[in-house]
Amino acid sequence: MSQPSENKNPARNKAMTLIALALFVSFLWWAQSHLDGYKIRIINLIAINAILGLSLNLIYGMAGMFSLGHAGFMAIGAYVSALLILTPEQKVAMWILDPIAPWLPGIHAPFIVSLIAAGLFAALFGCLIAMPVLRLGGDYLGIATLGFSEIIRILITNLTPITNGPLGLKGIPSHTSLWMSYGCLLVVLICMTRLMRSNFGNVLRAVRDDEIAAKTMGVNTFSTRVLAFTMGCFGAGVGGALMGNLITTIDPKMFMITQTYSLLMIVVVGGLGSITGSVVGSVLVTTMLEWLRFVENPVTVGSIQIPGVPGMRMVIFSVLLIVIIIFRRDGIMGMNEFSWDRFFSFCGRALKERGAS
Amino acid sequence: MTPTKSGDAILSLNGVTLRFSGLVAVSGVTMSIPRGSIVGLIGPNGAGKTTAFNVITGFYKPTSGYVEFSRAPSESVRLTGLPPHKVCKAGIARTFQNIRLFNNGTAMQNVMVGAHLRQRGTWWMNMFSYAFPAAAREEREIASGAYSLLERLGLEKYADSPASSLPYGAQRRLEIARALATKPSFLLLDEPAAGMNPQESAELLDFIRRLRDEFSLSILLIEHDMKVVMGVCEHIWVLDQGELIADGAPNEIKANPRVIEAYLGKEAVAHA
Ligand SMILES: Nc1ncnc2c1ncn2[C@@H]1O[C@H](COP(=O)(O)OP(=O)(O)OP(=O)(O)O)[C@@H](O)[C@H]1O
Ligand SMILES: [Mg+2]
Repeated sequence: MSQPSENKNPARNKAMTLIALALFVSFLWWAQSHLDGYKIRIINLIAINAILGLSLNLIYGMAGMFSLGHAGFMAIGAYVSALLILTPEQKVAMWILDPIAPWLPGIHAPFIVSLIAAGLFAALFGCLIAMPVLRLGGDYLGIATLGFSEIIRILITNLTPITNGPLGLKGIPSHTSLWMSYGCLLVVLICMTRLMRSNFGNVLRAVRDDEIAAKTMGVNTFSTRVLAFTMGCFGAGVGGALMGNLITTIDPKMFMITQTYSLLMIVVVGGLGSITGSVVGSVLVTTMLEWLRFVENPVTVGSIQIPGVPGMRMVIFSVLLIVIIIFRRDGIMGMNEFSWDRFFSFCGRALKERGAS
Repeated sequence: MTPTKSGDAILSLNGVTLRFSGLVAVSGVTMSIPRGSIVGLIGPNGAGKTTAFNVITGFYKPTSGYVEFSRAPSESVRLTGLPPHKVCKAGIARTFQNIRLFNNGTAMQNVMVGAHLRQRGTWWMNMFSYAFPAAAREEREIASGAYSLLERLGLEKYADSPASSLPYGAQRRLEIARALATKPSFLLLDEPAAGMNPQESAELLDFIRRLRDEFSLSILLIEHDMKVVMGVCEHIWVLDQGELIADGAPNEIKANPRVIEAYLGKEAVAHA
């Protein structure tokens, strides 16, 4: 019996993947020693935003649930991780407004453990939110998660004995090197690709495409959705922890709705339901957001002084998002993934056209 | 688990009534479908046929009455109250009047979703399949099983095509293939001949019989095409405004004056 093959030339493709990976690793190695701190930070941020975008894509793109709560789950992850890796002395010194909870200084864990704990905590909260809300059907999830995200922020601001309130946490010991963030991204990419290629991936897409038909095919759509949401929240927790660790300072204002909004842009620009898309989206959106910072600074064009407008880059970005939704709703990748076969056939066609003309 | 009462029925409806606020869509329907048979449910538009399917498959809970299913001769479960995915697990699969495929998936992926129901390996086993060779093997078996199901239904050339790109008739067959992947013993077909040309619906007769024999199924179908119904069904129930007005062999139904009046109308009179 013949089987349909999605891989036309597995040996070549594997070799190409290894070569690309090796090239990228040498780039990171070069970047590590040649680029300045600001650029390295942006390259780190690309990986972290890719992790966050992928986790939101799992919820929104693959499972079709519109969620506006990612910033809240990131906040949970960032605080859990930071509180675990700050040393007892640092913690005792930092709490000025209110005394610290007596059990808190004694809790300490290595960075990797804190990352996993961050993911697990975020996943636990995600599961607790998803269960009652998804019982009502998927439509209420957007509003419920938006509310949840705000509640988390307010809780963090006010639970001063545990979170140090509005002052936030400072001097978080930094572990987020390029190797750490891209290592985490690689793990997330591998897990997600394997998941979406397995039959569970088919089921997830089926629930998104036609819930009634999926139920009829014996799929427990409720538990499938809760599971996907919980996994996405795990990713948000890990990503939030990495981001907090990269910046080494966290406070409640970092996790406003605009944070969720940039992640939504990554997912929509890259393509809902595409893993490659989220990575590409992260590269574009992260660099654009940095590059657009100039519009918030005062500029002088000839003799005219234009004052900087804070928040201007989000306005520009919103306009870009609207343009994308109007002209290319499927994003850059649509629901497709990068494959070497497609890459080579595309290159072949491009070469032929050049030869013909 | 009580043994079945009347003969060897695979599915029985007992006084099933379903009310939509004011309207009684299904009213006191009692029917019992013999194991291994191909039977039909007919009636004019809006008679309540699709609604009866939705009651059987767990999408609606009947206002009164219940449905019983007996996958094997000695066992019987009450379906009423079970959610749709459990009804499917019990061994009932269906197709829809308006085709509902997973349009972004390929034909293969559509069929594989059906196979997920009886898959033992879980998502995390598939994520770390190097550590769970049995789960990895099961995934490969599901893929090859889905492909051979496509082959048996003559759909293998579409294996990697998006479901929405298939011709209409092939989409109907793919919906059946997907239903078969859940390994049912009872299949509900809602207007399988809808939108088919005369030649296609003639082929459908053999196809439905072949399905019954090759997959050891019992089949209940809703159909407006009288050639198909009369040609393939061993027994027919007639529904009108939610009530059963007749049941019997095709010849009896053709001759039944109440049926002619309610449903077959002038067409049947002209035939007689
Ligand atoms: N969800 C619903 N809410 C309210 N009324 C409904 C609902 N579903 C169906 N009905 C009504 O119940 C009646 C039976 O509908 P049903 O779809 O079962 O008819 P049918 O016999 O399948 O007809 P057709 O041959 O046109 O498919 C119709 O009057 C329909 O308008
Ligand atoms: Mg109908």
